[in-house]
Amino acid sequence: MTRTEEISGYKRADGRFGIRNHVLVMATVSCVNGVINRVAKEIPEAVCIPHGYGCGRGGRDKEILFRVFSGIIKNPNIGAVVLVGLGCERSNIKSLMPLIDTPEKPVTCLNVQDEGGSLKTADKAIRAAQDHLAAISGTKREPMDWKDILVSIECGGSDAFSGITANVAMGAVSDWLIDRGASVMFGENTEMIGTAHVLARRARNSEVAGQITQMVERAEDLTKQILGKKAGLAISPGNMDGGMSSIAEKSMGCIVKGGTRPIAEVVDYGQLPSKSGLILQDGPGYDPDSLTGFAASGSQLIFFTTGRGSPAGFPGIPVIKMASNSRTYMAMEDDMDINAGKLVEGKPLSQLRDEIIDRMIKVINGELSKPEANRMDVFTMLTVNPSF
Amino acid sequence: MKDSILIINQKDNVAVALQDLTAGEKATAGDMTPVTILEPVAAAHKIALRDIKAGEKIIKYGETVGKSTQRIKQGAWVHTHNLEGGR
Repeated sequence: MTRTEEISGYKRADGRFGIRNHVLVMATVSCVNGVINRVAKEIPEAVCIPHGYGCGRGGRDKEILFRVFSGIIKNPNIGAVVLVGLGCERSNIKSLMPLIDTPEKPVTCLNVQDEGGSLKTADKAIRAAQDHLAAISGTKREPMDWKDILVSIECGGSDAFSGITANVAMGAVSDWLIDRGASVMFGENTEMIGTAHVLARRARNSEVAGQITQMVERAEDLTKQILGKKAGLAISPGNMDGGMSSIAEKSMGCIVKGGTRPIAEVVDYGQLPSKSGLILQDGPGYDPDSLTGFAASGSQLIFFTTGRGSPAGFPGIPVIKMASNSRTYMAMEDDMDINAGKLVEGKPLSQLRDEIIDRMIKVINGELSKPEANRMDVFTMLTVNPSF
Repeated sequence: MKDSILIINQKDNVAVALQDLTAGEKATAGDMTPVTILEPVAAAHKIALRDIKAGEKIIKYGETVGKSTQRIKQGAWVHTHNLEGGR
């Protein structure tokens, strides 16, 4: 095979590599979203994240809030940061900054309550973003090793073919990546129900096996609590019409995207892995929440397989979209990078796998993925308790 | 001949229909001996690759996804009417 397997990125002071070099402009609380929106309008090149979080939460939600905000700021695809806060919020900049031990990553901090109100803050944020853009624009790409990348995989808006075409092809890509030293992560604990024994068998050691079993049991218990009698069915009548006969079969169709290699570690939602290899994230099934967890865990690239056709991307992180069937691919060609439906039309799995790898290498090296080009940025995060 | 079924793992005793299959048609994947389909099977649904005894494990993705509740003939549709998920 003649294709290049050479990849490049931006080396960060902490030793990690970004495959993008973005200026991030992020709110630390929803109250200042208007400021972020003003910056987005003035500086389209900046990755702007307004959102609905930052205050009124405690306990595990507070932990998640701080872990996610600091994880996004530290994500290696981000070269410089403008943080816009209010001042009195839970995740205020002063409390957040000690978690952001990012040497040489410039972070400008502005609080609306200290800067003379929202308009003055917006002016300062715009200037700061412009300065950061100018400062980092000269950074050159350097060769990076496959061990320097963490690729995450999401599946959402699934259909009957997701577990047969797109996720099977993705599994082959996962194995390819891990065999080259890269790390691969997938999550969505509710979509592992019924397959704990299969995943646990592949654990690196008995401790990891125990964590896997615990994670899936907890997801199942919670699903039963919330959905009651319907829980048997995280498998729905629609799933059954689509040919899935049991929850184990449905979940196998989900976890097959992670390939067949040993499972090195289970990480909490948004937590940085300490091992390389195949990583499981103890995270939610809702796609946008899940993507945020992957990004906060340091993923530089995300694959997203979809049957019905989800166009969602993520701010600052290229998301490669793969349709499970040709109808969806053709109906949403502007949003889809790869058509795994070709498997149904006779394309051999090995050819499809190589096509995905080629596209992945191009995207790592700078080519825009479809959701990235379309700016289909979504940012939500997991919450587990009521707000107050 | 174009593949009309997909065998995901070599250990599997079921295959997935890649298109709607009709009774009597010969379904194949790669260089396998074609299987005669016994009844209409919708795309993405499963067919038995060989005769399966009552109570035998149904294997897809190389893993157990259920147990047969009755004898299933080669080429027959495999779904909730003859597969028990055990949950």
